[in-house]
Amino acid sequence: MLTANHLSHTYGSGAGAHAALADIDFTVEQGELVSIVGPSGCGKTTLLRTLSGLMRPTGGSVTFHGDEIVEVPTGLAMVFQDYSRSLYPWLTVEDNVRFPLRRLHLPKEELRSRIDEALAAVGLTGHAAKYPGQLSGGMQQRVAIARALAYRPEILLMDEPFASIDAQTREDLEDLVLEVKQRFSMTIIFVTHDIDESVYLADRVVVLSKPPTRVVTILDVPLPGERDQISTKELPEFIRLRGEVARLIRHPRDAQEPVAAAAG
Amino acid sequence: MSAITSRMVRKQSGRRRAGGRVGRGIVGVAVAVLAAQLLSVSGAISPTSLPPMFEVLGSTGHLFVDPSFLREVLATIQAAVTGLAIATAIAVPAGLVLGSFRLLNQAASAVVEFLRPIPSVALIPLAILLFGQGAQMKVSLVVYASVWPIFFNTIYGVRDVEPLAKETARIFRIPPLRVLTHVLLPSAAPFVATGIRVAAAIALIVTISAELLAGSADGLGAWILRMSSGGANLALVYAGTIFAGLLGLVVNWLLVRGEQRLFRWRREGVGAA
Ligand SMILES: Nc1ncnc2c1ncn2[C@@H]1O[C@H](COP(=O)(O)OP(=O)(O)OP(=O)(O)O)[C@@H](O)[C@H]1O
Ligand SMILES: [Mg+2]
Repeated sequence: MLTANHLSHTYGSGAGAHAALADIDFTVEQGELVSIVGPSGCGKTTLLRTLSGLMRPTGGSVTFHGDEIVEVPTGLAMVFQDYSRSLYPWLTVEDNVRFPLRRLHLPKEELRSRIDEALAAVGLTGHAAKYPGQLSGGMQQRVAIARALAYRPEILLMDEPFASIDAQTREDLEDLVLEVKQRFSMTIIFVTHDIDESVYLADRVVVLSKPPTRVVTILDVPLPGERDQISTKELPEFIRLRGEVARLIRHPRDAQEPVAAAAG
Repeated sequence: MSAITSRMVRKQSGRRRAGGRVGRGIVGVAVAVLAAQLLSVSGAISPTSLPPMFEVLGSTGHLFVDPSFLREVLATIQAAVTGLAIATAIAVPAGLVLGSFRLLNQAASAVVEFLRPIPSVALIPLAILLFGQGAQMKVSLVVYASVWPIFFNTIYGVRDVEPLAKETARIFRIPPLRVLTHVLLPSAAPFVATGIRVAAAIALIVTISAELLAGSADGLGAWILRMSSGGANLALVYAGTIFAGLLGLVVNWLLVRGEQRLFRWRREGVGAA
C-alpha cells in the first residue's frame, strides 16, 4: 500500500549538510500496523514527513497504491509530534476536530456523530467548547488524535503520539488505536520511543539505526491479534520481542545475527 | 491548584496595577489643569493666548450637549470610519496575499517603498483637485494614510503563522483559498487588529487635518477653524481641541476592549509542553 524505495534525505548542502536518512526501504500493507523505533534524532519525523508527501525526499521515492507521492494524498492523515502547534488556537476543541471534515461534505448527522465519537473515544466529551490554550499538554495531544480519528483516513501516520500522556491514559489510547484499526481497517504507521508500545501495538516493528539512518531490521510480531495490556505483555513471545528490539537499538550489529530469520 | 491561585493572584495584581495607572493618570491630568489655570490667572501667560483652564473645561462640557457641534463631530467620525473601512478592505486581502507569496511580495515592495514615505498631508492639494472639498476628499486621504499600518501588520502576521499550522492544513488537503481565510487570516488577526487600531488614530488625525487645511464645509476640524478665524472665542478653540483628543482616547479604548474580547483564546496561558 505504502512503500519507501531507497528513501534518503539530506538537510542542507555543502559543509553544513546533514544526512538524516541514508537508505530506507520498507512496505506497509493494507490494514497493517507498523511501528517504527529508533534512537532519538535518527530521523523518524523526517521519515514521516517524506512518507506523507509534506516534503520531497532528496533521494528515492515513496509510492502510495503504486503512485509516486508528490503531495499529500487523499486518505492520509498525520498526528504531529509537535501536537500543540498543530492545533488551531482560535478554534474550540470541537471546531478543531470539525475543521478537516468540511471538505468531505458529510451529511449533518454523520458529521455530528463523528465528532462526538472521536471526542468520546479520547475522553474529551466535556471539553468540546474549550480552546486548546485552556487544556493541558496531554489533553491537547488527545484533541489532535481525535481530529485524525474523525477524519477516518485510509492510512494514519502517528509521530510519538502518546509521549506526553500519563501511563494509564496511554494504555487506554493504545487500545483505542488497536480498536480503530480493527473497526475501520485502517493502516497505521506508528513512531514511538517506547519499546513495549512498539511491540504491543504492531504487526511488524521497523528498527532504525543511528544516522546516517538505515533499517536495521524489520521484526514480525506473531502475537495473537486480540491484545490485552496485561496478559499480552506476560507472553514469553512478547518478552522475547521487546528484548530483541531493545538489543537492536543498543547494539545494532551484535544483535543482527539471531534476528536475521525474523527479518521481513 | 497552585497554578490557578498564582494565575488569580497575577490577574488581581494586574488589575491593581491598571487601577494604579488610571489613578496616577488622573492625578497627572489634574496637576496639569491646575498648572495651566495658575499660569493664566496669575498673568504669567496672557489670557488672550491661554484662557483660564476652568473656563475651557466648562466650554468642553457644553460641547457634549451642543447638537450643532455634535453634527460636526459626526461628519468627522463618518469620514474617518468610512476611510478606515475602505483601507481595511484593501489592506487585509493585499497583505494576506503578499505575505504568503514571497515572489509577489518582492515585486510589490518596490512600489510600496516609494508610496509609503509620502505624507498624506502633502496629498491634500491633489485630493482637492480630484475630489473637491467634501467628504470624498477626506475619505480618500484617510484611506491613503491608514492603509499602511494595516497592510504591514497583516504581512507580519502572515509571516508569523506557525509553520505547523500550515502543514496541518496541507495534511488535511484544505483548499488554498480556505487556508487563506481560515488559517492565515485568523492566525494573523491579532496583528491585523493592532494595525487597525494604529490606523484608527491616524484616520482621525488625517480627517481633522484635512478639514482644517482644506477648508471643509463640515467636521470637527472645520469647526475649530471657524472658531479661531473670527478671533472670537479662544476658550472654544481650546475646547474643540481637547474634545478631539478625548475622541482619540475613546476610540483607542474601544478598540483595545474589542481586541481583548475577540482574542480571548490568545490570553489563556498555553499549558502545553
Ligand atoms: N528542517 C531541518 N533542517 C535541518 N536539519 C534538520 C531539520 N529537521 C530535522 N533536522 C535534523 O535531522 C535529524 C533528524 O531529525 P528528526 O526530527 O527527523 O529526528 P527524530 O528521530 O524524529 O527525533 P526525535 O526522536 O527527537 O523526535 C536531526 O539531527 C535534526 O537536527
Ligand atoms: Mg521526531
